[in-house]
Amino acid sequence: MNETAHIEHRDYATAKLGMWLFLFTEILLFGGMFLVYAEYRQLNTADFHEAGREMNVFLGAANTVILLTSSLTMALAISAIKKGMKIRSLLFQAATVLLGLGFLVNKYFEWSDHIRKGLYPDSPVLLAMSHGKILFFGLYYVMTGIHALHVIIGLSVIVFMFALTLRGNISDTDYVKLENTGLFWHIVDIIWIYLFPLFYLIL
Amino acid sequence: MEENTSHHVATRTFVFVWIALLCLTGLTIKAAQMQMGEWSMVANIAIASVKASLVLWFFMHLKYEKRLFKLLLFVPIITISIIIVLTFFDIWYR
Amino acid sequence: MEASFYHAKTRYPGIFGWIFTTDHKRVGLLYLFSSLSFFAVGVSLGLTMRLELIRSGMHFYSAQTYNAIFTLHGVIMIFLFIIPGIPSSLGNFIMPLQIGARDVAFPKINILSWWLFIMGGAIAVTSLFTGGGPPDTGWTFYVPYSIRTGTNISLAVFGVFLIGLSSTLTGMNFLTTIHRLRAPGMTWKRMTLFTWSIYATSWIQLLATPVLAITLLLLIIERNFGVGFFDPAKGGDPILFEHMFWIYSHPAVYIMILPAMGTVTDIIPVFTRRNIFGYSFIAASSLAIAFVGYLVWGHHMFTSGMSDTARIIFSLLTFIVAVPSGVKVFNWIASLYKGSIRMNAPLLYTLAFIFLFSIGGLTGLVQGALATAVHVHGTYFVVGHFHYVMFGGAGFGFFAGLHYWFPKITGKLYEEHLAKLACFFLFIGFNMLYFSMFVLGWEGMPRRYYDYLPKFNGPNLVATIGSWILAMGLIIMFYNLVHSLFAGNEAGDNPWEAASLEWQTTSPPPVENFAVQPVVTKGPYEFR
Repeated sequence: MNETAHIEHRDYATAKLGMWLFLFTEILLFGGMFLVYAEYRQLNTADFHEAGREMNVFLGAANTVILLTSSLTMALAISAIKKGMKIRSLLFQAATVLLGLGFLVNKYFEWSDHIRKGLYPDSPVLLAMSHGKILFFGLYYVMTGIHALHVIIGLSVIVFMFALTLRGNISDTDYVKLENTGLFWHIVDIIWIYLFPLFYLIL
Repeated sequence: MEENTSHHVATRTFVFVWIALLCLTGLTIKAAQMQMGEWSMVANIAIASVKASLVLWFFMHLKYEKRLFKLLLFVPIITISIIIVLTFFDIWYR
Repeated sequence: MEASFYHAKTRYPGIFGWIFTTDHKRVGLLYLFSSLSFFAVGVSLGLTMRLELIRSGMHFYSAQTYNAIFTLHGVIMIFLFIIPGIPSSLGNFIMPLQIGARDVAFPKINILSWWLFIMGGAIAVTSLFTGGGPPDTGWTFYVPYSIRTGTNISLAVFGVFLIGLSSTLTGMNFLTTIHRLRAPGMTWKRMTLFTWSIYATSWIQLLATPVLAITLLLLIIERNFGVGFFDPAKGGDPILFEHMFWIYSHPAVYIMILPAMGTVTDIIPVFTRRNIFGYSFIAASSLAIAFVGYLVWGHHMFTSGMSDTARIIFSLLTFIVAVPSGVKVFNWIASLYKGSIRMNAPLLYTLAFIFLFSIGGLTGLVQGALATAVHVHGTYFVVGHFHYVMFGGAGFGFFAGLHYWFPKITGKLYEEHLAKLACFFLFIGFNMLYFSMFVLGWEGMPRRYYDYLPKFNGPNLVATIGSWILAMGLIIMFYNLVHSLFAGNEAGDNPWEAASLEWQTTSPPPVENFAVQPVVTKGPYEFR
């Protein structure tokens, strides 16, 4: 009996280590894009500042608050399941999903506003602008786009975890799946924490 | 094999961290509006790093993990720093 | 005695028992089989290229076809053979056995990696026959040409992206396995040096491959949506693409060579019957190479238009790589000293490896030094150099490992004389083929052209004849291995009398590797 307990214990730490290592690849993936951003901002500082004025600081800040809050609800969902409070955990997971959807809706309005102004990749309006602005908006669409893709993936996983929690597959004795989902969700939040000043706060 | 697998963090702690994160968000917007030129960006990145550390340390439970996890986190951070610094030796002097 | 994993009952019948397996040994063999198949294609393409280059003038190919063929040769050999070659095939099969684990940490992700690898390979092959025709950019996909060429770059690059994802997952899996699943008593200092090299390799796979992934993704996005990243017409910087490409691809060189180094390090003590010389230094040098690999990528770009400061810094840093590599070579040679040497095929391939790798390494210094690099960059000197390191190094290390672990994997013995004969042909043909390239490069023959000036005729002829001898060696070697698979003598569990853990179970091993949980009490190379 003791032996099986020991093996389960190892599995827990193994799953977590694997998840952390996977998160490192995410850091490097976005790191590559930050490198592109850093070089082009260095070479086109003035253009980047001008392009930054096109951004809606209010929407960006709202999305930051939404994601930070969703990180809080995710962390609380995990603490709840650890203490065996299933309903509370489910509620917090649902809250996380709603907040994540809110983020995406916000993002949708933001993008469509830009597209209405003709500011999208390869658009005639954009191509008539200076090189720095073309680069800024290219980076803006791709970096926030890949981030939004991560939000969508994260949300799908949380919905899946919600179902597992509901069925009792995630419980106070086996919650590492939910914890790992949380880790992914938090790293998505951290990336946004950096994206926010890089695109919205260069005034 | 002593691992804090079932460490309970008080809800209060998480809420405090969340409030701190919101305050820092306000601060970073303020810093950006102060028109400090290059320093705005430096301040913003510094504040973002503090926020990221808070998320890592509390929300992602790094505080309660084994030392291995804390040490490993330096590996990607050092790697990405090396990559950016060495590339900038090209960009600064080109 | 438990039945070997070949005979164990699987959840699905027949071929599905392999492609839906989660057994690390089966996954390893899937990788072995698929990467060797790609290798055969790559070799054939290489041979036809050598045939085209037998003397000056146009013989078989148009210039465009030649461009497509060398691109394909590069993509297949790099992404589909050498990178998954040792770590994913032998690493998958051997590493969990060496640390006394029942399987890797995430068996399902392990088979997922293989699927991604095969899908990536299939997509890369599909790109040849669809869209605007086979890619013609070289395996490096340099912008702005790769943005503007009408050939089917997007699909090929997406294939490479999937292969990269597969490689990343393998790295994550192996790191977790080595950290978490070592048998009781298997301390870090009791691990074999092959496992150490896989550990170092996995770190590179984990942390370098995402940079390639994002670079290729940006390239695809730029081609399809016209987003400006690297196109100078939109303000982009093509040199940044080269930076990002080599930020991955230089460390990737160590993904290829480190496991080969680990393989020969495991072989030397067994065939000299003595403990390895300088265990800690070899283990540390693997990690050092993995780390230093991130500091030197700029030496691929000395003539690309980087700043002088960056060129000097990268040139200086490049010399650091020689230190851990030198530590390894000297330790291998010191391990041979006063050993009771048994000159079996694995050791013979190992010695060939050390010789060829040393030449490859030393000519690397010529190109690491900025002044001489400017002279030889873009010539056949570079082609000779990287074939000495990649084929003479990683390739021969792989062959050494194939022979050494052949009894472990199959339970059979290969034919010793034939293996030695093959090694002899390979060695002669290899040096004729690639040493000629050093001469040609030094005289100024540029790489990547389907034709050349008549004054380069002599060494080119030698090289082409060498390619035939090399091919003969490969045919003999694979004939021997395949034939022995069916008709070889029974090997017994431990034919080499090795001390490391993978030989302490039956050959081939049962499904969960060890009938009883092994407890490790001594180092991997302690024979007495």
